[in-house]
Amino acid sequence: MSDYIFYPGCAMESNAKAYYDSLMEIAQPLGINLQEIDDWNCCGATEYVGINLIPAYSLIARNLALAAKMGHKTIISPCSACYLNLAKADYYMAERPSLGEKVNEALAAGDLQYTPGSLDIRHLLDVLINDIGLDKLKEKVVRPLKGLKVAPYMGCMVPRPDYHNRWSDAEHPTELFDVLKAIGAEVVDFPGAATCCGGHMTQIGPETAYELIRRLISSAEKSKADIMVTVCPMCQLNVDAYQGETNSHFGTNYNMPIVFFSQLVGLALGFPPEKLGFGSEVTSTEKALAQIGVDIPESAIAEGKKRQQEGLPMPLCMRKTTTSESKHAEEAKA
Amino acid sequence: MSKQKKPAKIGVYVCHCGTNISHTVDVEKVREWASKSLDGEGVVIARDYKFMCSSPGQELIENDIKELGLDRVVVAACSPHLHELTFRNASKRAGLNPYLTELASIREQVSWVHTDKEAATEKAKAVVTGAVERVIENEPLEELKVSIHPDTLVVGGGIAGIQAALEIANAGKKVWLVEREASIGGHMAQFDKTFPTLDCAACILTPRMFEAGNHPNIELMTWSEVTNVAGYVGNFSVTIKKKPRYLKEELCTGCRICVEKCPKKIVDQGYEAGIGYRKAIYTSSAQAVPKYPVIDTENCNFFQKGACKICEKSCPTNAIDYEQKEAFLTVEVGNIILATGYDLFDARKVSNYGYGRLPNVFTSIEFERMCNAAGPTSGDIVLRDGKTTPKTVGIIHCVGSRDRNYNNYCSNICCMQSLKFAHLVKERTGATVYDFYIDMRTPMKAYDEFYQRVLEEGTLFVRGKVAQVTDAARKASEEGKLMVQVEDTLIGKQRRIPVDMVILSIGMEPRHDAKETGKLFGIGCSANGWFTEKHTKLDPISTMTEGIFIAGTATGPKDIPTSVAQGSAAAARVLNMIMRGEVTLEPIKASVYQGQCSGCRICNSLCPFNAITFLEDRKVSEINPALCQGCGTCVAACPAGAISGTGFSNDQILAQIDGLLMDVTLADA
Repeated sequence: MSDYIFYPGCAMESNAKAYYDSLMEIAQPLGINLQEIDDWNCCGATEYVGINLIPAYSLIARNLALAAKMGHKTIISPCSACYLNLAKADYYMAERPSLGEKVNEALAAGDLQYTPGSLDIRHLLDVLINDIGLDKLKEKVVRPLKGLKVAPYMGCMVPRPDYHNRWSDAEHPTELFDVLKAIGAEVVDFPGAATCCGGHMTQIGPETAYELIRRLISSAEKSKADIMVTVCPMCQLNVDAYQGETNSHFGTNYNMPIVFFSQLVGLALGFPPEKLGFGSEVTSTEKALAQIGVDIPESAIAEGKKRQQEGLPMPLCMRKTTTSESKHAEEAKA
Repeated sequence: MSKQKKPAKIGVYVCHCGTNISHTVDVEKVREWASKSLDGEGVVIARDYKFMCSSPGQELIENDIKELGLDRVVVAACSPHLHELTFRNASKRAGLNPYLTELASIREQVSWVHTDKEAATEKAKAVVTGAVERVIENEPLEELKVSIHPDTLVVGGGIAGIQAALEIANAGKKVWLVEREASIGGHMAQFDKTFPTLDCAACILTPRMFEAGNHPNIELMTWSEVTNVAGYVGNFSVTIKKKPRYLKEELCTGCRICVEKCPKKIVDQGYEAGIGYRKAIYTSSAQAVPKYPVIDTENCNFFQKGACKICEKSCPTNAIDYEQKEAFLTVEVGNIILATGYDLFDARKVSNYGYGRLPNVFTSIEFERMCNAAGPTSGDIVLRDGKTTPKTVGIIHCVGSRDRNYNNYCSNICCMQSLKFAHLVKERTGATVYDFYIDMRTPMKAYDEFYQRVLEEGTLFVRGKVAQVTDAARKASEEGKLMVQVEDTLIGKQRRIPVDMVILSIGMEPRHDAKETGKLFGIGCSANGWFTEKHTKLDPISTMTEGIFIAGTATGPKDIPTSVAQGSAAAARVLNMIMRGEVTLEPIKASVYQGQCSGCRICNSLCPFNAITFLEDRKVSEINPALCQGCGTCVAACPAGAISGTGFSNDQILAQIDGLLMDVTLADA
């Protein structure tokens, strides 16, 4: 067993619960001992760094400071956005000493301190390939995923900007391809492997996001993939949960499931699908898994949660006024 | 300054260098400092002048030496690399030993690297003071004369090396022409047409190859490499390794029957750039010089499995010899010309262009072979399937060049090469051609006219760096096409252009082993890995090592005419050396005081010029003065302090340091 510091990030507790569950199952047989950072906080996702640098980096560095006290050097981050943020903070605190000083000033308020370079910040996929090794992974496979056509979708944030030359290539990384091959899946040609899923554009410019999602799904469909595989909660959420919106926006009829690579690794290692978070996805994986004779029990399929109405109602969100409302307003002005 | 100094009469001459120095250094103040504050050190005259290296400037110094009886001179001007010799010669003309003249660099090391005038002036004063203190310790030195061996070694049989060899051979002097490959001709032999005249490369190159191969004064050594270089200017001793061809050249007639009969066909990654095939016994082409084939043992059935021998059976003159071993010979030469050429950038590194992944993305060298009538497609321009003619072709400039991710320099020939391709595609297929360029660089003779011609032919030019070449279609109309994603900077829009074929104009890189080659011959490489010239403008074909010259693309990317001109220029320099018959060597040398040498041999391996030998019988090291270039490495390294240098003795260096550290603000009143 090798010990690693583990930074789950918020998504692993909510929309990417399947990622967390499957990782917890496969960690033991692969010899990964994950020690979660006590009292970790959100990394600020993709937005905060663009808004206010010092607080954003202080938010990230707080996790690094807590991790650095844990006595190991390597910290695993399975979420791409978290991984990139941790790596960014570590890199730029060293590159721009004034930033490092200010961030440490902020950390000092909580009796914390972080020296850049004191941790190895690694993505789960990188640890699986370069520490555990594909040979060991192959050894552990009891149910090769023969006959399942997968599109390897790495996303844009892991292989770029690659501060420490850990990845094979920024545009066409081969890592995910290699892992899926090792567990016996049939990996299809997927040219968009490192392109963007739209990220948070779903919130601020949905049409841009829909187009990016459409490109990914249509490319996977064209290569006759049964299922897309990702390493990133954001990618999974966009392609999975926004597939309906994308379909209605373009008048298409896509039905492309997308899961985390750890879920497929779990299947190959022989775990039952209900332990790996299958069934929690919006676009059903049933048909894809049937290709390899895996059946998802009814009980695992998530039901639409009802919002619990407690306490006082919330005010409505700010929305663009509809045309009829704005007409009224203009008339009122006149 | 406590040490008892020799009395001296020193003249100090401060140069303005136009405004090169005076712009940043207050030259008058430096002169004043020298005359007022250094008179105690023996400075009897200090002058400043606009151009000290000009005739009137030099005459100032000469007159002062004659009239004031100066016995030491300090010139505060540019780097010693540029004008030390100039001023030493001026001193010599006036009857002063040239080694009593020192150059203080206040241009390269002061005015060119600083902006604060006051601080730069202080520094210039310190540098001048250091030179004055040092020159007091200088000793008159006598130059060494060595004779020049009349034979020459040319390394590299591309067009530059061939040209150099022919020039020297035609002047009646003997040349050893060593080429690593099995045939001479270099990259140019792979090309189809040459810009801007569209001459066929083979038509203009093969006569030269033939001439070099049959010249009575040229000893052609192909399939050979230089393994060791000993000696010094005029007297090099060079060891050449002749790799086995596995046939007796004296029996081979070059009939190529063995090549025809050989059953093993493999992809030719060399001459055919990976889009054609060759046999396990092969010549690069039918025009190869010399005409003898070579057995590629890695792919030969007999060498790999012990059975076959078809080439031996089919040879009408019994020339095949599987037992042949490599041979070494040592030759004596007076001068060496390195024309070792370039390597091509590996286009797979630019993964967003898809080379190696997308079948219809080709490199420029693949395309050259494709266009060539004697190439794999007999000159047909086709897709990777070998039969479909493209209807739309995209050509991308600057692949791997002018790009901070790969090579930051311009590869010089890619623009013209791309224009040539655009013309050839149009001429032979009538396809629509898109040419994606960053800047169009067509500055040489008749180049821009060629650009105009290609414009008129209707090639569509898009100014912008291509972001991506992809086969990921976004809509039905893009299916089966290669999409070129580019920002058209002239209209300020992103464009996605569908094409059938993409040609990547790949840049030039230094040879992968250029650093080792440089070490072997005792010359340096620039930060980018190209061989370093003695002076980029005024001496572009000499190196810092006497007797070693460089020509062609080994010094940086260039086109054929420039490579040919450099080959000729290097030959002219060599012939000049041969005609002179002898050359003077700088007497700046290190020597071992053997009474103090403990025989630790630390200096032996440190010497970059292999000038130090260990005398086994006496257990001390000795320095060959003809080989020593006076770099000082051994002097600094010797733990016993047993090595000292003429021209850089401890006394000189310590005095210079004293001078540099003197408080130069004193006299500023």
